[in-house]
Amino acid sequence: MHLEQYGTVGIFLVVAVGFVLVTFAISRIFRPQRPTEAQLQPYECGEPTIGPSWIQYNVRYYVFALLFVIFDVEVAFLIPWALVFKQLGLFALVEMLVFLFILIFGLFYAWKKGVLKWV
Amino acid sequence: MPINIPQIDYAAILPELLTGGMALLIMLVTPFIPGNRRYYTGYLALLGVIGAAIATYAGFAKEVTTFSGLYTTDFFSTAMKLVFLLGSFLVILLSDNFTRLLKLPAGEYYSLILFATLGMMMMASANDLIVFFIGLEIMSVALYVLAGIRRVDLKSNEASLKYFFLGAFATGFVVFGIAFIYGATGTTSLSHVFDISLYKFPNSGLYLMIGGALLLIGLAFKMASFPFHMWVPDVYEGAPTAVTAFMSSGPKAAAIAILARVFIFAFGEQTAVIAPIFWVLSVTTMFVGNLTAISQSNVKRMLAYSSIAHAGYMMIAFVAASGEAVSAVAFYILCYTVMNIGAFAVLIIVESKSDGDNQLASFTGLGRRHPILGAAMALFLISLAGIPPTAGFFAKFYLFKAAILKGHILLTVIAVINSLISVYYYLRVVVVMFMIDTETEFRPVTYPSALYVALVIAVMAVLALGILPSYFFPFDQPMLVPFG
Repeated sequence: MHLEQYGTVGIFLVVAVGFVLVTFAISRIFRPQRPTEAQLQPYECGEPTIGPSWIQYNVRYYVFALLFVIFDVEVAFLIPWALVFKQLGLFALVEMLVFLFILIFGLFYAWKKGVLKWV
Repeated sequence: MPINIPQIDYAAILPELLTGGMALLIMLVTPFIPGNRRYYTGYLALLGVIGAAIATYAGFAKEVTTFSGLYTTDFFSTAMKLVFLLGSFLVILLSDNFTRLLKLPAGEYYSLILFATLGMMMMASANDLIVFFIGLEIMSVALYVLAGIRRVDLKSNEASLKYFFLGAFATGFVVFGIAFIYGATGTTSLSHVFDISLYKFPNSGLYLMIGGALLLIGLAFKMASFPFHMWVPDVYEGAPTAVTAFMSSGPKAAAIAILARVFIFAFGEQTAVIAPIFWVLSVTTMFVGNLTAISQSNVKRMLAYSSIAHAGYMMIAFVAASGEAVSAVAFYILCYTVMNIGAFAVLIIVESKSDGDNQLASFTGLGRRHPILGAAMALFLISLAGIPPTAGFFAKFYLFKAAILKGHILLTVIAVINSLISVYYYLRVVVVMFMIDTETEFRPVTYPSALYVALVIAVMAVLALGILPSYFFPFDQPMLVPFG
């Protein structure tokens, strides 16, 4: 019963996978193959890696990322609110201010705790 | 398109606003207080809890549904909230000296306790699975941090990490369960979730049951029921003792509250389908908790297994699934909160006297050297075992009565046998305290006043609830009438 709707998705899946495979196959047939040593190296932003990549990061990165995520998500809530601001009126303004203040409390707390200082 | 803003009854959520507001205020003022004075924030936390309790009591038994039916306050939620607040109140009193002694970050500690309490209150009042989930997360995240708040202690770190990983896993089950339930019925509102007329597909009933089962797994983890109890001993042992006292009473009570709302209130006619599952969970949890507690030589670990066993007793209410059973389990939680926190209060004093040692041996001769302290501990242990004239006796009495009224004789017999098993390990501590004298000299016990206030309140509550239970608890009023 619901399978017809999934049929479209299925065809799309087949086309998507097929497109990638066909493109790779065509480029493999037509491109010249003269590998040099530099070409065979793993591509990593142009720089060969120094040391193993399983190292401990400074915990500060984590705290910064956390603070960033909080305000990142906040914007995701702010935009829909801003779009319908006129219809919502004063009530929503107060509610949003409460929400913002709670988040700012958090930032303030982190700031006073010296999280924002990079030593 | 006009947007309807839901009607919000601020009076109904005043207790939550007070608790959350005080938690934020403590976080705000903490950085301004010099480090050695931060334990004063405990008084702010006490003030917040008392204010929230008064606000809860003022709205007693008023049935309000607000936030477009997402949030409801009724007799049951009010009673549960008062139990949570009593637990938090006692734990804050216990923590006053404790945070100073162990040099815990007091401001964060108290605000996290208040946040956890806020989460529990949301769980008790939730009339929607999503609101319940948010409450569960507020509570759990605060508890993960609290378990590891003693950063210099490796055991505390281990407890926090274990609790976090396993707790996050259990939360996954809860969300998955909610997704199934939503898929089957197209709603997350507890008033409609189990309404058969809403079923979307011919086999909606099956998906609903899968959802209910997944939800049960997540909640069984939170209340430390048998197959999901493995984290309890390690986490309870590793966490700072005052936090353990908090963890073993509040979250269990909150999980019971939401279980009652989902599986007794909302499940309606389908309660009979799920009752055998609760039967098995209850019996296995009781046996595992009690039998393992026998072999513990560490009192804190023993209390952890005893907490598992008590989760088993509480689950009897969900087999019976009647109005009386809900009243009985609410009363059980109240009694368990005071007697359990009381026992932990004595444990904190003994620990502070013996350099953090909580082996059974450190209780040796306590009753002879400090008769009042020993007598208090004996009272709490007798109450946990369920011997009259203490709160624990009537807690079990009403629960078993509700089970017998529904004809669950075998279950009641098993529960009574388990109570007898538990007498052994509870009374062993009493024996060590009173019958054996110690050769080593006792260090004089310092008398931290707040801790003793908590102890006196707990002793009085255990006696009062054990002698005049119906005076303090409204058994005659139905708490949560099952549908159908």
